Amino acid sequence: MKTIYTDLLCVGAGLAGERVAVEAAQAGHSVICLSIVPARRSHSSAAQGGMQAALGNSIMGEGDNPDIHFEDTVKGSDWGADQEVARMFTEAAPIEMRRLAHWGVPWNRIVPGEQTYYKGGKPFTAVEKEENEGLIHSRAFGGTAKWRTCYAADGTGHSVLYTLDNKIAELGVEVHDKVEAISLIHDGKHCYGAIVRCLKTGELSKYIAKATLIATGGFGRIYRNSTNAVINDGGGTIIALDTGVVPLANMEAIQFHPTGIVPTDILVTEGCRGDGGTLLDKDKHRFMPDYEPDKAELASRDVVSRRMTEHMAKGKGVESPYGTHLWLDIRHLGEKHIKTKLREVEEICNYFLGVDPITELIPVRPTQHYCMGGIRTNKDGATYGLKGLFSAGEAACWDMHGFNRLGGNSLSETVVAGGIVGDKIVEFLDKFTGEVSTKAADKAYKKATEKVEKLLAEAGQSGGESVYAIREEMFDILEQAAFIYRNGKDLEQAVEKLQALLKKSEGIKLLSNGKGASPEMALAIKMQGMIKLAQCVCYGALKRTESRGSHTREDFPERNDQVWLNRTLATWKEGEYLPTLSYEEASPYYEMPPGERGYGDGKIIQADLDKLPKKPTKSKKSKAGE
Amino acid sequence: MARMLTFNIFRFNPQDEGSKPKMQTFKIEETDSMTLFIALHKIREEQDPSLMFDFCCRAGICGACGMIINGRPELACHTKTKDLPKVTTLMPLPVFKLVGDLSVDTGTWFRQMYQNSESWIHTNKEFDPNAPEERMSNETANAIYDLDRCIECGCCVASCGTARMRPEFMAPAGLMRVARFMVDPRDQRDSEDFYEIIGSDEGVFGCMGLLACEDTCPKDLPLQDQLGYLRKKMGITAIKHLIPGRKG
Repeated sequence: MKTIYTDLLCVGAGLAGERVAVEAAQAGHSVICLSIVPARRSHSSAAQGGMQAALGNSIMGEGDNPDIHFEDTVKGSDWGADQEVARMFTEAAPIEMRRLAHWGVPWNRIVPGEQTYYKGGKPFTAVEKEENEGLIHSRAFGGTAKWRTCYAADGTGHSVLYTLDNKIAELGVEVHDKVEAISLIHDGKHCYGAIVRCLKTGELSKYIAKATLIATGGFGRIYRNSTNAVINDGGGTIIALDTGVVPLANMEAIQFHPTGIVPTDILVTEGCRGDGGTLLDKDKHRFMPDYEPDKAELASRDVVSRRMTEHMAKGKGVESPYGTHLWLDIRHLGEKHIKTKLREVEEICNYFLGVDPITELIPVRPTQHYCMGGIRTNKDGATYGLKGLFSAGEAACWDMHGFNRLGGNSLSETVVAGGIVGDKIVEFLDKFTGEVSTKAADKAYKKATEKVEKLLAEAGQSGGESVYAIREEMFDILEQAAFIYRNGKDLEQAVEKLQALLKKSEGIKLLSNGKGASPEMALAIKMQGMIKLAQCVCYGALKRTESRGSHTREDFPERNDQVWLNRTLATWKEGEYLPTLSYEEASPYYEMPPGERGYGDGKIIQADLDKLPKKPTKSKKSKAGE
Repeated sequence: MARMLTFNIFRFNPQDEGSKPKMQTFKIEETDSMTLFIALHKIREEQDPSLMFDFCCRAGICGACGMIINGRPELACHTKTKDLPKVTTLMPLPVFKLVGDLSVDTGTWFRQMYQNSESWIHTNKEFDPNAPEERMSNETANAIYDLDRCIECGCCVASCGTARMRPEFMAPAGLMRVARFMVDPRDQRDSEDFYEIIGSDEGVFGCMGLLACEDTCPKDLPLQDQLGYLRKKMGITAIKHLIPGRKG
């Protein structure tokens, strides 16, 4: 058994984890990053689109500023966001993009003169200004008033992650990969690191730290169909929930995407529909105009996903060995258009499906995409409940996304939040005078060892539950009740079934011997945690009797600001079968009072605006000298 | 009628004293649009939960799933079974340390490579948060990006004759990394500095020019061109060292 000491332990080495690590290392603190996979394979690398930041360099982004970015973000969140945090984010984002440029990101740059761009699939020309030549460029993304998304060709996440991991190498930060944190070391008040399982040998170690950051990304893989990498199964979220004192927030806020390919749920871009692609059912009938006569396939992401689900529920889906799906048809766009403007789609279809979209239909279905919820933190990234425990990125509910995040805002959040939270962790470490509790570490290590040893001892015994079968049951329950459309009846059943499943999962026994890197062991260790996350989603969704952002209740179609302008908090006490829910105000103040989003056609039950907390006015002193 | 596919898979768990290296055969029925990602998970979940392999993004972006598929290093996630014969042999990548079965430790190898190639921007400029970004032509940005697309899957390393024989060789991935920083104007290193890193048999002069790396790179990186360019550039630097009276 190894015991390793460090000032800061970053659990997760994607963009958020590494950005925090850079901040701490530059301030002279020792840092170790843990990663399930070699750091550069983290799911951040898969984000192709870009990062929103109001630089306003490009002609289509002209006049942009953090105020407009703030408004887009709050509207996008359906007023679920913490507005103080959204403000901090939009103000800091432009500087962060420039910092990344300094560190080596090859952002695309402005080329002056007349350029051809596309909007809604149609080309148009615009003239980029001479004086902006060579500044960071931006592209369009949904739900934004300006073209604001900074990008590096079709691999923004990849390029930024490689740049940050280079920075980590330069600074000498240790990265331990193929390891997984399986529990946190804490005494109910402070967190002092984690118990870590090596995914090469199966060995457990203690990592003792003054500060611990969880930056393990989302938990999309509790769903059967998800665009997320297979590693995004909520490991970091689970160990926070397992402490019994750290609340998760807005777990019911899950974003879905209409067009994941079947079977692997890799995304094909909305550009397909933007450019004129259509959705067909099993009879090759174009069904979207039946539901949405005006916008058809071009209705918002939420709406298209919902209608697809509805249509499949009517028995109009195509049956396949991988479940029911629909067709995306882009054949009529022609070879030239597909090979130039939709090249990425053509590649994905050919590489991963063996389907040629020029002559064949693409099998698609709505699929889980992003978790707005996660480990609740304050604006400094500090979790509630345990001192010394921080979180950032998709793992965290910081909370700038509320109930719906905008494309390009989540990738941007990883580095912007990483910088801000990293700075606060440095402050925390600088002031740290206490002792780390080795007693708590011994206790956590003993508990984790017992769990693993029990699984090893019972491996191969008959009469146990298969971890893969249990996971399938969890998938079924979530798909049934906590997908795009939700209702009280289904959710009540799901909550009951998940309680029973959690009980049943206590009888999990390994089919293999579980020795060494055993993938079955890795799943068995966290399976109960995954069921708990699923329960937080379902129970939160059941109790939230309104529709807000991505949370859509058929039985409560209105956004209810009178009752639900708040954030769900879920903690899980040891031995319980349900989380304990409580609620907090969505935002400390409402710089932008709740109103219409300007898209979607949701009805609103208005709050009494006079009673909402207002933004504190700036004192005259702070304005002096301006 | 769907095909019955046969997979001969290398099996060995170094952590299990009872395990001996062997080949094991699995059979599964082919389904539409099946990839090795689908097939291997099916085998693990339905036939043998101890089977070790690596996938992450399963979309050809992260580089986790490099393995030897019927004798060639490839990404398993974008290998479609319909392009495979009825019998397929799967082996772990060589050069990298074996974790178990098809899973290897690429992380340790690449992290050492970052240190050997000093894989970061070398500059004495400080970042100024109040200043606009330094300008760069879009052409330069694209040229950097083109060499920055390596996903560290290890296919080029596994297919490199020199890397197989000499563990200290930087291998194509390491040399490409240096090339990426050579085209980046933000990096202040000059030819002499790069010569220190790759101007030896562990570096660019160790390449035998077999160029299997070019053939196996799943991202179609311009390995052949870049290796040629580096050799020429470093060759010139080496000759300069021979000119009398010149420092360095």
